[in-house]
Amino acid sequence: MFDVNSVRKDFPILGSTVHGKPLAYFDNGATTQKPQCVIDAVVECYTKTNSNIHRGVHYLSDQSTEMYENARKNIQQFINARYSQEIIFTSGTTGSINAIAFSFGEKFVKAGDEILISAMEHHANIVPWQMLCERKNAKLKVIPVDENGELKLDAVDSLLTEKTKILAITHVSNVLGTVNPIKAIIDKAHKKGIPVLIDGAQSIQHVKIDVQELDCEFFVFSGHKIYAPTGIGILYGKEEWLNQMPPYQGGGDMVDCVTFEKTYYNSLPYKFEAGTTNYVDAVGLSVAIDYIKKLGFDNIAGYEKDLLEYATNKLQTIEGLKIYGTAADKGPVISFLLENIHPYDTGMILDKLGVAVRTGTHCAQPIMDFYEIEGTVRASMAFYNTFEEIDRLYEGLLRVKTMFG
Amino acid sequence: MTLQETQDAIVEEFLQFDDWLDRYNYLIEISKELQPLDNKYKANEYLIKGCQSRVWLSGELIDGKVVFTADSDAIITKGIIALLIRVLSNREPDEIISAELEFIDKIGLKENLSPTRANGLVSMIKQMRMFALAYKTKMEQNK
Repeated sequence: MFDVNSVRKDFPILGSTVHGKPLAYFDNGATTQKPQCVIDAVVECYTKTNSNIHRGVHYLSDQSTEMYENARKNIQQFINARYSQEIIFTSGTTGSINAIAFSFGEKFVKAGDEILISAMEHHANIVPWQMLCERKNAKLKVIPVDENGELKLDAVDSLLTEKTKILAITHVSNVLGTVNPIKAIIDKAHKKGIPVLIDGAQSIQHVKIDVQELDCEFFVFSGHKIYAPTGIGILYGKEEWLNQMPPYQGGGDMVDCVTFEKTYYNSLPYKFEAGTTNYVDAVGLSVAIDYIKKLGFDNIAGYEKDLLEYATNKLQTIEGLKIYGTAADKGPVISFLLENIHPYDTGMILDKLGVAVRTGTHCAQPIMDFYEIEGTVRASMAFYNTFEEIDRLYEGLLRVKTMFG
Repeated sequence: MTLQETQDAIVEEFLQFDDWLDRYNYLIEISKELQPLDNKYKANEYLIKGCQSRVWLSGELIDGKVVFTADSDAIITKGIIALLIRVLSNREPDEIISAELEFIDKIGLKENLSPTRANGLVSMIKQMRMFALAYKTKMEQNK
C-alpha cells in the first residue's frame, strides 16, 4: 500500500520551510528531490571507494569500476535493454540528444534530408537537430499539435517521407503533460524503415519503460528527473545503430590504440564515453532506480493519477483559470494561466506562500507561440506531493486573484 | 528631494508594513501610478529581455537630466520599475552612474533583483546607467 507520509520521510528537503512556510514543491518537471538513500550513496562513494574507473590495477579502482558497471547493468534491466553495452552514460537528456544528433548526423544525414520532430518538443530536442540541419543543409519538419495539446497523428504519415532520416519525439510533454502514443508512432516510422529517438526526460519517472517492447532505436533520459543526482543521464541505443555511429568526443577510455598516425576506437559502450565519466552519480542513479523499483510503478502511477485528477478538478473551479494541455492521456503536470495575470506575478506570490512552481516558457517557446502566450505557470507533481499541498496551491491562487485580479 | 532622500522616503513608506503581503499590495498600488509608456516605445529596440517578464525602457536627456520611462508586462516588476524611476529619473547623469541602490534590499524585495530571476530588472538598472553614461559623454563632447 502506498503511504505518502512515510515516503516523504525519505526526502529530507521536503521537511524544510521557505519564507517561514512548509515547502510545497511543485517543480518536479524541472528536477526532482533526492531520497536519503541516493544522497548517502553519493557520500559513500566519495568516502569509501572513490577512484577513477577502468584505470588503475589497485583495489579502489577495481571497486569503483565494478560499481559503475553494475550501475550500467541495473539501468539495462530497468529499461529492459538487450545488452548492457547499449547503455551509455552521458550528462543528461540534453547531452544524450546532442550526442546522437552529432554522431548519427555525421554518419547518416546528407543535404536535402529531413529530420522529423513535434511541435511540443523541449528546446533540447529542437536545437541539436537545427544545428545538424545547418551543418548538413538538411530540413527540420514538425508534427503539429491540436488545441488540446495532442499530436495530429493523421499528419505523421505524410511527414514521414523517403527523405526522413530520423524521427525524434518526446514521450511526455514537459509543458502540457501530454503522453504521446509513441508505440503507434514508432510503428509508423518503422513501416518506412525510419529510426526513432524517444525523449524520455518526462516519462522515465512516471511509467515503466521497456525499450524492447517499444522497439525504439534510441531512448534518452536524465538522472536528476528520476530522483537521482544531477549531471548523469542515459543514452540508450540499439547496438546495431551505435556500432555504425562514430564517436562524438575524443579522449581517454574511448580508444583502443592511439598513435599520431591513427587512432582505433574502443568498442561499445566506451566508444561514447570519452574522458573521466561521472561514475559517482552513475551509482546514485542506480540507487535511485532501486528506490523506484521498491515503491513500484503501479503504486507511483496510481497515486500520481489521483493527484493530477484532484488538482485538475480543484484548479478548474477557479474562475478565469485556463489549463493548457488537456490531452486524454496526461502526466501529472498542469500548465495554466490565471485570467490575464502574468505568470511571474503568480509565481512570486506562490513562492512567498512556500509553494514552488515554475513560470515562463519552460524551454519550449514554439508551443507557447502555438497558443499565442508568453508563458504559463506550471505545477508538476511527483509521488511525494500531497492533496493538502494541492489545497495550498489552490488557496494561493485565490489570493493571487484577489491581489492582481 | 535628492536621490538619497528619495530612497529613504521609499524605505520609510514600506517599513509601515510588517507583513510581506501588505508590502506587495503596496507595490501593486505603486505600479498603477507608473505613467503609461507610449506605444512607440513598446518595440523591440526598447525591450530588455528577461526569461520571466519583459521590460521596456527609454531614456531622454532633458535640460541636462535623464528622464526615464518604462513599463513591464508583470505587475510586480512594474511596481519596482516605478520605484526605480522615482529614484533615478530626472537626475544628472553622474548621480545615476554613482547611485547606490540600497532601498530594494531594505524594503525586502531583494529577491526580485536576483540575476537568477531573469525578470529584466537587473538588466534594466544596467541599461539606465548606460543611458546616463552615454548622455554624459554626449554632454562633454558638446561643451
